[in-house]
Amino acid sequence: MSKRIGMEVAIAAAEAAALCRFDVAAVYPITPQSHVAEHLSDIVADGRIDAEFITVESEHSALSSAIGAAGTGARVVTATSSQGLMYMHEVLPIASAMRLPIVMIIANRAVSGPLNIWNDHTDIMHERDTGWISLFAQNGQEVVDMTIQAFKIGEHRDVMLPVNVNMDGFQLTHMVEPILMPEQEEVDKFLPAYKPYAMVHPDTPVSMGTLAMPEFYAEALKAKDMAMAASRKIIAQVWKDWEKQFGRKYEPIEAHRAEDAEVLMLTMGSMGETAEIAINELRKHGVKAGLLKLKLWRPFPFEELKKLTKNAKVLVVTDRAVSFGGPGGPVCGEVKAALYDEPNRPKIVNYLIGLGGRDLTISDFVDMMKRAAEATKKMPAEAYEYYGVRE
Amino acid sequence: MADKKGPETWKEMNPGCMVFRPGSSREYHTGSWRAQKPVWQNEKCIKCGICYIFCPEGCIKEDEEGYFVADLNYCKGCGICAHECWPGAIKMVEED
Ligand code: SF4
Ligand code: SF4
Repeated sequence: MSKRIGMEVAIAAAEAAALCRFDVAAVYPITPQSHVAEHLSDIVADGRIDAEFITVESEHSALSSAIGAAGTGARVVTATSSQGLMYMHEVLPIASAMRLPIVMIIANRAVSGPLNIWNDHTDIMHERDTGWISLFAQNGQEVVDMTIQAFKIGEHRDVMLPVNVNMDGFQLTHMVEPILMPEQEEVDKFLPAYKPYAMVHPDTPVSMGTLAMPEFYAEALKAKDMAMAASRKIIAQVWKDWEKQFGRKYEPIEAHRAEDAEVLMLTMGSMGETAEIAINELRKHGVKAGLLKLKLWRPFPFEELKKLTKNAKVLVVTDRAVSFGGPGGPVCGEVKAALYDEPNRPKIVNYLIGLGGRDLTISDFVDMMKRAAEATKKMPAEAYEYYGVRE
Repeated sequence: MADKKGPETWKEMNPGCMVFRPGSSREYHTGSWRAQKPVWQNEKCIKCGICYIFCPEGCIKEDEEGYFVADLNYCKGCGICAHECWPGAIKMVEED
């Protein structure tokens, strides 16, 4: 049986990785990091699991080492945040192209400049198209669960892709939360030992990270994209297995009071919990409000979104990142693309919120929902709004 | 692509474009890129082996007499060997 403990979420994430018996952790403790890095290092140094901790000189080297280690057939974990993730950027598409199921725990934070290390989703949005599966957790429990699930999803033979688990910096990473920490035997049962598809070894010669000339490059990209598409089924299956064993349900989009909702809100990450309270408040006052919490950013759950929004009049999409000169926030762009062909699609309002750690209260969410109906009349002149910005 | 055969469709791509046949890159003849080829004048050669070490293709071999020759199937004509050779024993000449 899982034990309920109070633990800082970043530390709990590292503990979850340890429960997965990683073989190698390659992490660089750049600012901004989270306690994931130092706790992974503690776990290895204390000999709690039989693993290597590679001390590297940069984030670029952290992921490069992770790739090298994964190429030898190791189960590998890494972690980063903000600028560190950007420094890794060059290597992210290589990890996915090499089909190495590395798991990366990301403390989502703003990127500089202006200099800011507080929470938003700008860092991961830059990595959207690098071919990684992206999960978004709304609380500490989900961080722990998703970290364990991530290995099982990524390592599946139909997938073989790296997975990142996103947790809001500070709002989650630095909070002490009550968490049901699974027992080792439970995790062992859920996640069998890693059987790599291939590994660099004298007995099994293989070339990894090969060249693809123009006549093969497009085929290689399509193969990777199809693996990403195939992961939808595997993610659903892994989440079903998880629910069966641990009793906690996971879906690409978790709906809250959405069935008969006229005004829907969509959030990603920890804000979902605050927004949920706001929705309940609005319901008390007779507003037909509902909430969609997006848990799977890549592959994007197009079908689920269509189904969940088909009866709504207005959809309020919140974004914690900016696409300068673009159509609004990156999440909203995706949502609009998903619903474009739907005959009865809701009006879509996009608020850019919580940027660089700007606090959001329940009344902010209530306010956004109330103003949404008004905002739809102004569209598309004001495609998106910086919520709460001083004019 | 010389005579190398690759996968026809995306479905035939190995995951991660992995190649399981050792030494298969030998089948790719980089020599077809060449515009100039190195020509050795052995009378100037002091057998230092610098050309052999510096060739980025690893296509220079030592012959029985200790002189050096390039395998023109792989020599891409970069001229590094000629540039590095101290006594100037290597000349780059235009391909016909
Ligand atoms: S020209 Fe370049 S590739 Fe050819 S033998 Fe000299 S160093 Fe090697
Ligand atoms: S570098 Fe010049 S001198 Fe030295 S071995 Fe090669 S050809 Fe001879």
